[in-house]
Amino acid sequence: MKKIGSNVRLGLALFAIYLLLYGSFVLLAAFAPKLMEKTPLAGVNLAVWYGFGLIVAALVLALVYGWICRTNAPHEEGGHASAGEPK
Amino acid sequence: MTHNSSPLAIAVFLLFVAVTLGITFYLGKKARSSAGYFVAHGQIPWFVNGVAFAGDYLSAASFLGICGMIAFYGYDGFLYSIGYLAGWVVALFVVAEPMKRLGKFTFADALNARFQSPGIKRAAGLSTLVVSLFYLIPQMVGAGVLVQPLLGLPHWVGVVIVGAVVITIVVTAGMVSTTWVQFIKGALLVLFSAILTVMILARGFEASPNIPPPQTVVKTAEGNILINGLPKGVGNGQGQIQPVGTISKLPSGIERTGPLGPLEFFSTLQQSEIVLWKKKEIKSADGSTTTVYTPAPTPGSQILQPGASPTFAGIRSEKLFDKLNFLSLMLALFCGTASLPHILIRYYTVKDQAAARKSTIVGIGSIGFFYVLTLYMGLGAMTSGAMDVTNSNMAAPLLARSFNQWLFAIISAIAFTTVLGTVSGLIIAASGAVVHDLMTSFLKFEMSDHGEVRAARIASVVVGAVAVMLGIVFETMNVNYLVGWAFSIAASANLPALVMLLFWPRTTKQGITAAILVGMFSSLAWILLSADTFKDVYGLPADSALVPFSQPGIVTIPLGFATVIVVSLLTRRAGQANA
Repeated sequence: MKKIGSNVRLGLALFAIYLLLYGSFVLLAAFAPKLMEKTPLAGVNLAVWYGFGLIVAALVLALVYGWICRTNAPHEEGGHASAGEPK
Repeated sequence: MTHNSSPLAIAVFLLFVAVTLGITFYLGKKARSSAGYFVAHGQIPWFVNGVAFAGDYLSAASFLGICGMIAFYGYDGFLYSIGYLAGWVVALFVVAEPMKRLGKFTFADALNARFQSPGIKRAAGLSTLVVSLFYLIPQMVGAGVLVQPLLGLPHWVGVVIVGAVVITIVVTAGMVSTTWVQFIKGALLVLFSAILTVMILARGFEASPNIPPPQTVVKTAEGNILINGLPKGVGNGQGQIQPVGTISKLPSGIERTGPLGPLEFFSTLQQSEIVLWKKKEIKSADGSTTTVYTPAPTPGSQILQPGASPTFAGIRSEKLFDKLNFLSLMLALFCGTASLPHILIRYYTVKDQAAARKSTIVGIGSIGFFYVLTLYMGLGAMTSGAMDVTNSNMAAPLLARSFNQWLFAIISAIAFTTVLGTVSGLIIAASGAVVHDLMTSFLKFEMSDHGEVRAARIASVVVGAVAVMLGIVFETMNVNYLVGWAFSIAASANLPALVMLLFWPRTTKQGITAAILVGMFSSLAWILLSADTFKDVYGLPADSALVPFSQPGIVTIPLGFATVIVVSLLTRRAGQANA
């Protein structure tokens, strides 16, 4: 609580990226529905592309987070977690 | 819609239930202590827990509700998929690790870690109970819906069967077996949804230029039901609603497409014309109600973009309040996941923060994959002659039936275990809140470990029975829509308190208690006074509603945050004196 760890900072940064992506999608759907009808690629419209993109983006950001947290883990979680961790 | 049961479907279904119960009893022997009962001793491997997240989260709303909504209206149902998944980002990046670090059994433990305040325990326990109950209603409705076509039994029987099976699972074994049931169900659901999607793509589309005739359902004042003028039934001289769903025109006038690629599926549909069904209800002076379902050929390009359903029609409206209603729902879905009690308790079933993180990532992977498939399954149901115009919740199982009876039996059985998995998680969360948070803080005595487990079992039976009753009352509502309510209440009551506790050092215990109560009651009141509730629950005209739009989130979530800040600032001195 007292000092913000690097995991927390990373989490918040990734959260901000996703918030931006999701927020743009919702605002676009609400205020520029015409744009969602456009078919930029392969005859598939923006609404479908963006929707799939949001799902893929969530997984990609989650994997990035998991990967960076693991490389940080030895310094970060030394304190209490080591008691429960056999390795 | 009337349904014949098939012996094969019943056999597969019973096998599933038997296997599920078998696992429960076997594992139940291990859960004697309260740590075993509520959080499976914190010993669940992270991968299993991750798939169990999917099993817990992909409820009847996702499988039946979203697929049904897509089958009826197109893209709009997929907006729910997007919102439900986005919520996991909040859960992983903001909530997962602190929840694991601060709590032991319940969400209230984590909130209360710094303060030891009975007020927080009571408020958080109460909100857990309310959210769980709201979330239980659509699961129970879904259960009834499933049993109808499968076993040919009435809705209420389905609800009672699920209630009985789930109460048995929860009472005998608690979190250990609940987790394994959810793991199996999560894995099967994702696997068979993928198989179904491949089959949809392999079959492709077929055009049938003959547009089917309108269908009517008359409910007379005495309660008799006439289908297209004939009494409801499957025999000679009796009528039943026909399953529908056709493409009237394919691109460049071809009759069938043959197998399609995953992107070709959308580009073909984009240029086709699909027959949707418009519903109109007419009330006559003699007390009878006539519902007419008329076919309405619709361009595919319109089906593949948001705003076609009544729920999201606001997107295409010029009125600001209609747009706010949509923004409000999307905000509630985003904030709701990380505030759902049955999801939060799953952070206590793993051993440490790293495992909590890893299992969330596995959860996001499996849940995200499933949500991509919902668009294929929903549109597949819309175009494959499998739709039931009277009930949007049946799209996925009926789609499976359009392939063959085996698939129908398996998909229905999986959908049924879907309900079982989610309902058992919810009942454990609710009974944990009753015993851990409410009873200990109100009765002011420490129960023995054994006594706690016994009290939790009794609480589970009571919560389960209440859920059964509510499931029967709300029979006709789209299950996904009801889940939207639960998300709104959870996001308004729990998220502001949790986030402020984690990131704002000046938060006080009074601030947290007030935020939970204000968020919960304001969102609940908003829903009860909204146009949707007036129309669908009370049967009153929608214009007479007292709030300007139906979804509360955009007002009540900020209200929750404001409450924490104002009350914490006002009570700051008292808090410091205690510290």
